Amino acid sequence: MMRKFVLVGLVLLAGCATKAPPPKTAGAKPAEIVAVPLDPYPSTYRAYPGVTTVIRNAIVFDGTGKKFSPGAVRLENGKIAEIGAEVTIPAGATVIDAGGKYVTPGVIDIHSHLGDYPSPGVEALSDGNEATSPARPEVWAEHSVWPQDAGFSRALAGGVTSFHILPGSANLFGGRGVTMKNVYGRTAQDMKFPGAPYSLKMACGENPKRVYGSKGQMPQTRMGNIAYDRQVWSDAVNYKRKWDDYTQRAKAGTAKPTDAPRREIAGDTLMGVLNGEILVENHCYRADEMANVIAMSHEFGYKVTTFHHAVESYKIADLLAKEGICSAMWADWYGFKMESYDGIRENVALVDHAGACAIVHSDDPNGIQRLNQEAAKAMAAGNRMGFNITPEHAWAWLSLNPAKGLGIAAKTGSLEPGKMADVVLWSGNPFSVYSRPEKVWIDGAVMYDWADPKHRPMADFELGQPGAGDPK
Amino acid sequence: MKRFAIIIAALLATPAAAAVIAITGGTVATAVGDTIIPNGTVIIRDGRIAAVGTGLAVPAGATVFDATGKYVTPGLITAMSDLGIVEVEGVRQTNDSGARQSPFSAAIDVTPAINPSSPPIAINRLGGVTRAIIGPSATSEIFGGQGAIISLANSPDILMRGQAFQLIELGEDGARAAGGSRPAAWLNLRNGFAEAQRYARNPAAFDSGRDKDSLIKRLDAAALVAVVEGRVPAVIRAERASDIIAVLGLRKEFPKLRIILIGAREGWLVADKIAVAHVPVITLPLYDLPDAFETLASTRSNVGRMVAAGVVVALGMTDADSGSQPRNLPYFAGNIVAQALVPGGAGLTRGQALATITRAPAQIFGLTDLGTLEPGKRADVVVWDGDPLELTSAPTAVFIDGVSQPMTSRQTLLRDRYRDLAPGALPLQYPK
Repeated sequence: MMRKFVLVGLVLLAGCATKAPPPKTAGAKPAEIVAVPLDPYPSTYRAYPGVTTVIRNAIVFDGTGKKFSPGAVRLENGKIAEIGAEVTIPAGATVIDAGGKYVTPGVIDIHSHLGDYPSPGVEALSDGNEATSPARPEVWAEHSVWPQDAGFSRALAGGVTSFHILPGSANLFGGRGVTMKNVYGRTAQDMKFPGAPYSLKMACGENPKRVYGSKGQMPQTRMGNIAYDRQVWSDAVNYKRKWDDYTQRAKAGTAKPTDAPRREIAGDTLMGVLNGEILVENHCYRADEMANVIAMSHEFGYKVTTFHHAVESYKIADLLAKEGICSAMWADWYGFKMESYDGIRENVALVDHAGACAIVHSDDPNGIQRLNQEAAKAMAAGNRMGFNITPEHAWAWLSLNPAKGLGIAAKTGSLEPGKMADVVLWSGNPFSVYSRPEKVWIDGAVMYDWADPKHRPMADFELGQPGAGDPK
Repeated sequence: MKRFAIIIAALLATPAAAAVIAITGGTVATAVGDTIIPNGTVIIRDGRIAAVGTGLAVPAGATVFDATGKYVTPGLITAMSDLGIVEVEGVRQTNDSGARQSPFSAAIDVTPAINPSSPPIAINRLGGVTRAIIGPSATSEIFGGQGAIISLANSPDILMRGQAFQLIELGEDGARAAGGSRPAAWLNLRNGFAEAQRYARNPAAFDSGRDKDSLIKRLDAAALVAVVEGRVPAVIRAERASDIIAVLGLRKEFPKLRIILIGAREGWLVADKIAVAHVPVITLPLYDLPDAFETLASTRSNVGRMVAAGVVVALGMTDADSGSQPRNLPYFAGNIVAQALVPGGAGLTRGQALATITRAPAQIFGLTDLGTLEPGKRADVVVWDGDPLELTSAPTAVFIDGVSQPMTSRQTLLRDRYRDLAPGALPLQYPK
């Protein structure tokens, strides 16, 4: 594995007395193995302090499909400590009697452009598409994220506790996406979800071929999309081969640091995908194109984690189930472009029914505020065609499944003990239009309270502006 | 051949419209105030509402729809949309909402573009929408052209009123269309209205003494006459509070102007002034982001606060946002009810919210026989399987002018085709 510029020399020297002599290197200096850094812009996120809190007498959806009614949850040290009909109440704990209100895991949006296309939507802040080449795996969405986007606070008021910020879909290879906790910081690094894997945003279909085809460049067609993709992947395989070869030789003591391949920032991301460290989040609407992409992933040996938008997933739900690929979908968007013409309201339910991983996503700074409502519509559409989708099951579309699609399901996405205490207390059934989040905890700290202006954040941009301080 | 076909269609439509229908046992929300009639009956005769109430006798020979356990409301009316003139927004051959390359502006009339077969009509009808205001979009000029009003009936004849209003863009979009600034947009507006007045005084002399490169063509000026004279309303886009105030001031110069504001995201800041001016508003209630410099004060309390101040507010699709589909109007309305719960927020009662998608749009556009369930009104009636504003509810029956509408669309056909993916004797593309 290629990690940081690891100086292993000292370790090797320390082991000299008892182990075989280290491999000879030029000038008999300590061996140094050059590696591509995996996390050069690490998270500086720090959870805010919370108090031990018990929410009881609630109806709890745990995010894995279970319902506790009555239900209770204990948040302790930033983690879910216990869930059940009743839980232990330690001395000094804050106890909230929910009075039959609902408690769920925080909503996770797997597809957002907050911060990259922030409010206000002026050209000077339009930082989501590096539309200067069809392949830009070298750009990272986090380097565009403006932490003063008012959209973060609105998403928080909608119960969103984590999200994934993706580059746009102008390019076949849009760049790296980043997972963040919905806690304001002074820098983007302050918001980064600790330990979350990166993603590579890819796109098929109309956008790349339109953006570049209209300039007389490749790709101009869907076949051009795939051909361009394949050459990039082929080059990436070559890049990886060079690094693997160098690393092997360096470890054997037969390569000097100057023998290391030239680092290509674009190649680093693609190699990360081929090494299974970086997830592929693939914008794709049509079923036939998703199938093409799946075949391409087999050709080059990588895995698509999630198809995004995926309005035709219902046409190949069986294939997606077999391949273990998630679909991140809207409840009812259709017809705004040719490749969304066949969108139907039953898409989410049909994907779920086929045993594939279904996710409700927003791709929208308004939609992200009401993902619970989108899931309600999708659930109802499924139930009208005869499925028996319970609300507690459908909640997985909003928390555990997107967590899976982002590689953070071991840390958040459900109310299982040991996971991050990312929790929402709703004023009523969250699948009712008449309900709203009352309180939102992130890592056990109250980060939103609809009744307390001191727990409603306001981005710098809004200070002193008309309407500032309104509960919105 | 064509004429023959139309006669047959008329013959087919007539018996249904003439029939007597009784919708019984439902919870009837009339959209008159907050009136809810439990276990109510709606009787339809000759395409009109004949009676609404409890304990009504079902007339002999009536077709009975049992709505026990269901809800009954008036058909929904979207106060703005592009239904029938846009099928696929991104496919220009199917998008007739704007014409950037056209030399004309105010004279552009959406009427000939309306396509009753456009799938979004059936798709939105399945959501309980029975009438739609259709608006063009302004692209190269502040005058977007003339809108229309349609029925969403399954019929080749859906036009109710053409040349129903003039759409005018002010604010940021208007400034851009006018060449780059608000002052330029206002100059275009005054120029257009002044030319219309000149045209009205003497159409024959209109061309003499004009600037050669006048921005307004003869047909555009002619189209604006009815606007300046107040026979056709001007639907004017303004979002920022100061832009709204400026629009309200237009009537000092053009006293007959009938203004309908569209957008008005900062309307709540000047709600009392809008109310005093008796200017109604078309907007959506969920925008709460400072997503433009003209919408900094956006809040989900906007509608509640404007209605509290006495403004008539109707919901309409104020922009081409994919989430803003007319079939989602009930959810927009329901969310206004929820906003009342938020400490410091303002919302509406359920009855008031229902009115924003039924009675209010009818009132704003003078559709005097639509928008409520009252005797004498046209029988646009929707039966719902639950609370009509709830996310999990949907219509089970839709009547337009008393005619029961088909409950299918391209989308239900796709759903049924792909319900079962198991390999069959023939590909899925063959009829089952």
